[in-house]
Amino acid sequence: MLNIVGKRKIWFTVSGILVGAAFVAMIIFGFKLSAEFKGGTLWEFSLPGTSASLGDVQQFFASNLHIENSDISINNGSESFLARFDAIPEATHQSDIVTLTAQWPSFSEASFQSIGPSVGAALEKNVVIAILLVLVGISLYIAFAFRKASRPVSSWKYGWITLLTLIHDVSIPAGMLVLLGRFRGVEIDTNAIVALLVVMGFSVHDTIVVFDRVRENLSLRRGKEKFASIVNDSVNQTIARSINTSLTLILVLLALYFVGPADLKYFILTLLVGVITGIYSSIFIASPLLVSVSPKE
Amino acid sequence: MRRHPGLYLTIVIIVAVAAALFVYPKNWGAKALPWRLGLDLVGGTHLVYQIDLSQVAVADRDSVVQGLRDVIEKRVNLFGVSEPQVYIAQTGDSAQLDVDLAGVKNVTDAINQIGETPLLDFAEVQQNGSSTQYVPTNLTGQYITGAQLTFNQTTNAPQVQISFNTDGTKIFGEITAANVGKPLAIFLDNNLIEAPTVDEAITGGTALITGNFTVDSAKTLVERFNAGALPAPISLVNQQTVSATLGNDSLRNMILAAVLGTLLVILFMLFYYRLFGFFAACALIIYIAFTLAIFKLIGITMSLSGIAGFVLTIGMAVDANILTFERIKEEQKRGLPRTSAVEEGFRRAWPSIRDSNTSTIITAVILYYFTSSFVQGFALTLLIGVVVSLFSAITTTRLFLRVYENSGRGKQNKTVAPQHA
Repeated sequence: MLNIVGKRKIWFTVSGILVGAAFVAMIIFGFKLSAEFKGGTLWEFSLPGTSASLGDVQQFFASNLHIENSDISINNGSESFLARFDAIPEATHQSDIVTLTAQWPSFSEASFQSIGPSVGAALEKNVVIAILLVLVGISLYIAFAFRKASRPVSSWKYGWITLLTLIHDVSIPAGMLVLLGRFRGVEIDTNAIVALLVVMGFSVHDTIVVFDRVRENLSLRRGKEKFASIVNDSVNQTIARSINTSLTLILVLLALYFVGPADLKYFILTLLVGVITGIYSSIFIASPLLVSVSPKE
Repeated sequence: MRRHPGLYLTIVIIVAVAAALFVYPKNWGAKALPWRLGLDLVGGTHLVYQIDLSQVAVADRDSVVQGLRDVIEKRVNLFGVSEPQVYIAQTGDSAQLDVDLAGVKNVTDAINQIGETPLLDFAEVQQNGSSTQYVPTNLTGQYITGAQLTFNQTTNAPQVQISFNTDGTKIFGEITAANVGKPLAIFLDNNLIEAPTVDEAITGGTALITGNFTVDSAKTLVERFNAGALPAPISLVNQQTVSATLGNDSLRNMILAAVLGTLLVILFMLFYYRLFGFFAACALIIYIAFTLAIFKLIGITMSLSGIAGFVLTIGMAVDANILTFERIKEEQKRGLPRTSAVEEGFRRAWPSIRDSNTSTIITAVILYYFTSSFVQGFALTLLIGVVVSLFSAITTTRLFLRVYENSGRGKQNKTVAPQHA
């Protein structure tokens, strides 16, 4: 049997460093928000057979289309480009297409999205509310579901620990997104937010499975054994199924990541990191925390 | 179900086969009810209009928004695109109109025509023998302050009351005075919507239109008046165009990933849980058929994110099986005979299955209420998927196991196990 609870200081340190690093990254680099939040244009197009370089396109956008501050990237190998710049009216969009087609006759638009700044502000507010509601909603449900496990640790503490675990599980993939934004230009869009919210919903699954076993073992062995050893037994009894339940989800996510649509790549990556963080935290963080908050025996 | 597991299992399998035929995008299923695919999969344009309601009294807002929607839907229908959709997205105190145009060719034209504020005007009617001529007046929607549905005090018949502002009262008075006994035509976007007969000169600033209205038809007219009358300008705040090629690519990759993901999950279950894993795999396939059939029946528009949400539930649907099977193994280790271990495993695994799925349900519901159309598709498929997976993992898998236990092979094993509780 693995002595997970006994070595909890190690896991807490590892997690503390990771979560701390994630928050430091968020503070230093900030979130690179997509056009959905701050308004702007997202234009995906291809110039097949023209061998136009990224420099050519950037040059053309600045001098011929008079679009300053555009951020253009090229998808290597497929001659497809992704341009981001301020929101433009539809008339400008249409005249830009004409200008681009005159320069590169094979110009073909894959997608175009232009969002006014007012939409973003409302979205940002809703996102914050949704994240807070999910955090509070799940934690309250856990406190309620474990009301019968109230000794030696009150069910409110199960709720608080769930809340801490959720913050842990969401901040690590969020930190990854911040780093990807800083170094790879990945933007936080609604999909990324949805991924973070879904990570919260999924990552507690395993935590609940372990807590459920603690709840059951407590009803059988309360008073006969130390709380710490009951928790450690519970973790060990459920470790295989915690890993297996998440593993099936990871298999599906891997299929989506490697075969699925390119648009969802970072959405899936966020989920993958979140789910893996969730397995780790349910085994090494949530249950040991139960022991840490229990009264000394 | 405990008595006749074979019978129930047969029913589940027959329904699942019917569901599978129904959801298959060719042959009978496609004829019975075609899939509704989102713009990001078939290509098209998604437009979001913000409705400025600042000049509209709070009580009239719903009617104004509804009226605007109807007007814009009529305009959109003129483009001849298949199944155009116009829907209202109310977020707090601001309202939006979302317009989905699948496969529209000329986006600029569409945007120009949709963007106009609805035009309401009145015209005099001149009968020249058999031909009817409409002579436009200078009375238009901007002189109307509002319209209301009222009921006749004596007959209780529905009628429409319109009110004019000061200038409108004057113009309307003059027009009605000149047209007593004649009809007065009302146009919305140059379409004749009503031509009531003028009974007398109306100078009081309010007019009553009576006639053979039903409550619904009167309500529609009120909405149209309000849309053409009230200063609720719309502005395009978001537009998204996806080419059909990109959409088709996305759909193909998504389906490929879904099939691959399902196969991986099935292989894992077979490898790790052997015979039990086989039952779980059968239940998973039944789950997929059921869930897709429900999506199609409800008429959910499948977008990229919606399918993603469903594919995720494939990875989660076997979770309940895993929890149950692990529990059954434990019960057998404690010395329970196989049949009791199976029943006990299902019973004891249930609280953790219930509690963990509840957390996902909470997330999906919150997502649904706090997001816009694209994410809502994801939240909805996730929610339905989780609920159906609870049924499939518990009920379907249990039926498989009971049928197996009742069969010869299951009984053989049972006699080997020690007989005590």
